[in-house]
Amino acid sequence: MTQRNTAAPGHIEYVLRLGDNALILGQRLSEWCGHAPVLEEDMALANTALDLIGQARLLLTHAGRLEGRGRDEDQLAFLRGERDYRNLTLAELPNEDFGRTVVRNFLFAAFQVPLYQRLTASSDAELAAVAAKSLKEARYHLSHAGEWVIRLGDGTDVSHDKAQAALDYLWPYTAEFFAANPIDDAVSAAGIGPAWHNLEADWEAAVVPVLVEATLTVPARTPFASYGKFGRHSEHMGHLLATMQTMQRTYPGAQW
Amino acid sequence: MYTQSLSIPDGEARGPKKVENPAYQAEFDAKIAAGGFIEAKDWMPEAYRKTLIRQISQHAHSEIVGMLPEGNWITRAPSLKRKAILLAKVQDEGGHGLYLYAAAETLGVSRDELYEALLSGKAKYSSIFNYPTLNWADIGVIGWLVDGAAIMNQIPLCKCSYGPYSRAMVRICKEESFHQRQGYDLLLAMMRGTPEQRDMVQDAVNRWWWPSIMMFGPHDKDSVHTETTRWGIKRISNDDLRQKFVDATVKQAEVLGVSLPDPDLKWNAERGHYDFGAIDWDEFWNVVQGHGQCNVDRLAARVKAWEDGAWVREAALEHARKRAVREKDAA
Repeated sequence: MTQRNTAAPGHIEYVLRLGDNALILGQRLSEWCGHAPVLEEDMALANTALDLIGQARLLLTHAGRLEGRGRDEDQLAFLRGERDYRNLTLAELPNEDFGRTVVRNFLFAAFQVPLYQRLTASSDAELAAVAAKSLKEARYHLSHAGEWVIRLGDGTDVSHDKAQAALDYLWPYTAEFFAANPIDDAVSAAGIGPAWHNLEADWEAAVVPVLVEATLTVPARTPFASYGKFGRHSEHMGHLLATMQTMQRTYPGAQW
Repeated sequence: MYTQSLSIPDGEARGPKKVENPAYQAEFDAKIAAGGFIEAKDWMPEAYRKTLIRQISQHAHSEIVGMLPEGNWITRAPSLKRKAILLAKVQDEGGHGLYLYAAAETLGVSRDELYEALLSGKAKYSSIFNYPTLNWADIGVIGWLVDGAAIMNQIPLCKCSYGPYSRAMVRICKEESFHQRQGYDLLLAMMRGTPEQRDMVQDAVNRWWWPSIMMFGPHDKDSVHTETTRWGIKRISNDDLRQKFVDATVKQAEVLGVSLPDPDLKWNAERGHYDFGAIDWDEFWNVVQGHGQCNVDRLAARVKAWEDGAWVREAALEHARKRAVREKDAA
């Protein structure tokens, strides 16, 4: 049913950012199926992917309703052009290896937890409900990935080096989490959700002690910047979308 | 999962050996005859133990190799709902692998030893997973036909004489029935769709029908199961299970609106069953013996996952060791 768009400025964009983060990281993690180092992790990665896809479904459905143009979760997930996706660049980067995968999950979940915590008090009741459900999942992802960061960082010399390399590679992309922008300002002013730059202290408080316990060196901030949440993605995004969108693009209008 | 009713020797079991003892043997025989369960701590003949290790581990291997053909489509699932269902399904399969490895471990063999047998090519897994998944309908057909055949094979195992295996199978069968319904639902949705979608379903059915009915293993006349039958592991013959599967599936195919690729398939009123055409056993044995489309790729994928993950497993062990030392020092 098509409704009129009555959303506050930035509201739809903000919800798309949330939904696309979950969608794109869920898509990446689902590549692990059958290829993990131990069976328990095959299941854990599939489970994390499933949680994220579940979050994406709720959030994209909500974004579609706010937009009022009749787009459902699948039209938003599969039929937008690359520049219309609003996920953090970090989510779309290739998995590379188990080390980069769990370090990424850790850095991301440590961001999702305080974000969803704040969103449980959103003036958007639907968003608050999704956040309350998803917060439990994000807390589990944070704990699971954090344990692996510690095992790898404080494991063998090889695993320490791989974990450090993963952290060094991913760290610059975390600056994007906190890049201030007018959307966040508007949404925050309307009581819909927090401005993400206000989450940095909470994120660091969750991340740094685990990295220290893992005997990893916290990288310094550099001038590097990425812009996925503004719709300017990495070279990897087009390939991810080509795979993910193939059926919907090849068979337009088909129901599955 | 996916048992295959075919006993293929994997080599020696390496669990603890127990002495053969006539008094214990008599007790074991009596328990089996009375339809009772044998538990992990009970005495059991060595051949019974080995047979179970082989069958349960082949079943476990089938679960984890079976994640690969389905994993082939997760990233391309055509809707978020179907992607979520498939992710949940492969996770269930990993879980089945875990219960089954745990059931095998009660017989005195480690999961690592069983893995090694799989990765070296010594242990078998269900041949059905050596067929490729070529279009999205394959995911539905695997649920409908492959999981359907697996359920037929496995329901009798819920009453098999070895307690840990029997209990694992009860749980697995419940989840498999759910997968079968989801597979059928996926196909119904496609059959209600465009001509291209219906063609995909028919193409998938054409490719998976014969391999599915081969999952019941060789004909009874060519199949030696005397011991497993006597021991209460195998309770219904291959041909009886296959007939039951064909009889149930023909009607489901009609509802779906697909044809089954067998010109000899027809109702036999005298027998009260469907007759069906001759199975190509050469193809069956070729795939069992390693010459299927995907045998090499499936095993290579498992080996690569294991080798690529070695540093992760080593790190986990080393971290646990360091932690234990620290805790000891602190105490």
